[in-house]
Amino acid sequence: MKLRIDSTRCQGYGECLPPAPGVIDLDEWGYARLLVVDLTDDQEAAARAAVDACPNNALRLER
Amino acid sequence: MTATVIHIPGHGPAPVLGPSPDRVESLAAYLARGGYRSELRPEELLARIEAADLRGHGGAGFPTAVKLRAVRDGEGAPVVVANGEEGEPGSVKDRWLLRARPHLVLDGLVRAARITGADRAFVYLSDEGAERRVRQALAERDPGLPVEVVRTEPAYVAGEESAVVRRIDGGPALPTAKPPRVFEHGVGGAPTLVANVETLARLALLTGGSDGADTALLTLSGGRSAPVLTEQRYGVTLRQLAVLQGTAEPSAVLMGGLFGGLLPPSALDLPLDRARLAQAGTGLGCGAIRFLAPDECPVSVAADAVDHLTAESSRQCGVCVSGTRALRDTLVALAEGRCDADGQANLARWAQGLPGRGACGLLDAAARLAGSLVAGFADLVEAHRRTPCPACAATPPDAGRRLRVPVPLPMTTATVLRAAVPPPPCTAARVG
Repeated sequence: MKLRIDSTRCQGYGECLPPAPGVIDLDEWGYARLLVVDLTDDQEAAARAAVDACPNNALRLER
Repeated sequence: MTATVIHIPGHGPAPVLGPSPDRVESLAAYLARGGYRSELRPEELLARIEAADLRGHGGAGFPTAVKLRAVRDGEGAPVVVANGEEGEPGSVKDRWLLRARPHLVLDGLVRAARITGADRAFVYLSDEGAERRVRQALAERDPGLPVEVVRTEPAYVAGEESAVVRRIDGGPALPTAKPPRVFEHGVGGAPTLVANVETLARLALLTGGSDGADTALLTLSGGRSAPVLTEQRYGVTLRQLAVLQGTAEPSAVLMGGLFGGLLPPSALDLPLDRARLAQAGTGLGCGAIRFLAPDECPVSVAADAVDHLTAESSRQCGVCVSGTRALRDTLVALAEGRCDADGQANLARWAQGLPGRGACGLLDAAARLAGSLVAGFADLVEAHRRTPCPACAATPPDAGRRLRVPVPLPMTTATVLRAAVPPPPCTAARVG
């Protein structure tokens, strides 16, 4: 599984960070920065929770 | 600003410039040079494109054969687009090409359509003079498939492939997030080839079996000498190009439009070679190279270039709005002698962390400008932190206006005497 971000949609709400701290970080302006693109099996649940947490659908899982 | 001089190399081929780049090439002239004539089958041409390792001349340098195949093998009837929207302020070659040799580009576009199996084609541009010539060329000769000319407003990001597709589909000329890439999901959802106009010209030239992929169109500018549009063989050094343009001892080189960052004078012996330039952390991009005059300061040029990018951000990505602004403000502070150690460290950190985070490459360009300045001009940056620089004070950022190069205007009649353009001071220089 890959984690993708649509930077045009990220508004810096920061809702994705609590569910996926090792997968996503917030930059100094509050925008999401992916720490991992190719997810390990262990990271998948956290990434899925982050995808669900984004109020603007900026994150998605692929394949 | 001084008019751009067109320079035909004394030695070596210049197949895209052709023998009379200051004239508009008529259909008759193009046919006389063998244009539109080749019977080469599409698959033979594709093999030749691959063997010649033709790369895209819009900026990314992606292998053309790979792109053609991906579009051909996609799902649905493909679309091909000739991309003539040249957003780099320091580049003029695409607009010159459309103004002077529209048939060469259309020949390449139609052949690209045959290779991919496309049944529709577009010419995408913003330049009024180019549009006039393309429409005239289409009226002169039936291209054999529907070709629509789409004119957009000029903007730095308007030529980015997803922006091209969005505009052709009736939207704004703004980039979208990837994936999907346009080769899989482009115009109307169809697999779409968005190819730079110079790339298409070279594709047409390769049908003649000639040296279509051995050279690059270059827009050289800088110092007090006139900008130069030329075509040079790969392998020519940056130093030879600097001499040709008339800025023999530049204080820095601004590479690939605003995309290749700034190189120090120690890099002048680098050859124009994709692999070698990539190793040096830079790139040819769209072939625009600016040589800074000896008294010009790389710090203020970086500040000015990033100021331009900040103004040209399409403001869709929060990280681009914040990132370009932070880079610009810090570079301006550095130019004004009021940047602290934190600011200097931030420039290096942003240069590492920001590339790849926007929907298009504009933020990457800004980050690379800052990163190449900090890495290649460390002493200069250090000195600017303590003392304001007189050269920087004399050239405050003006959103990149001084980086702009005027587009040559080819003449329409062969009878007109050669325009009274004075030769550049460097006409004796022979390169390539």
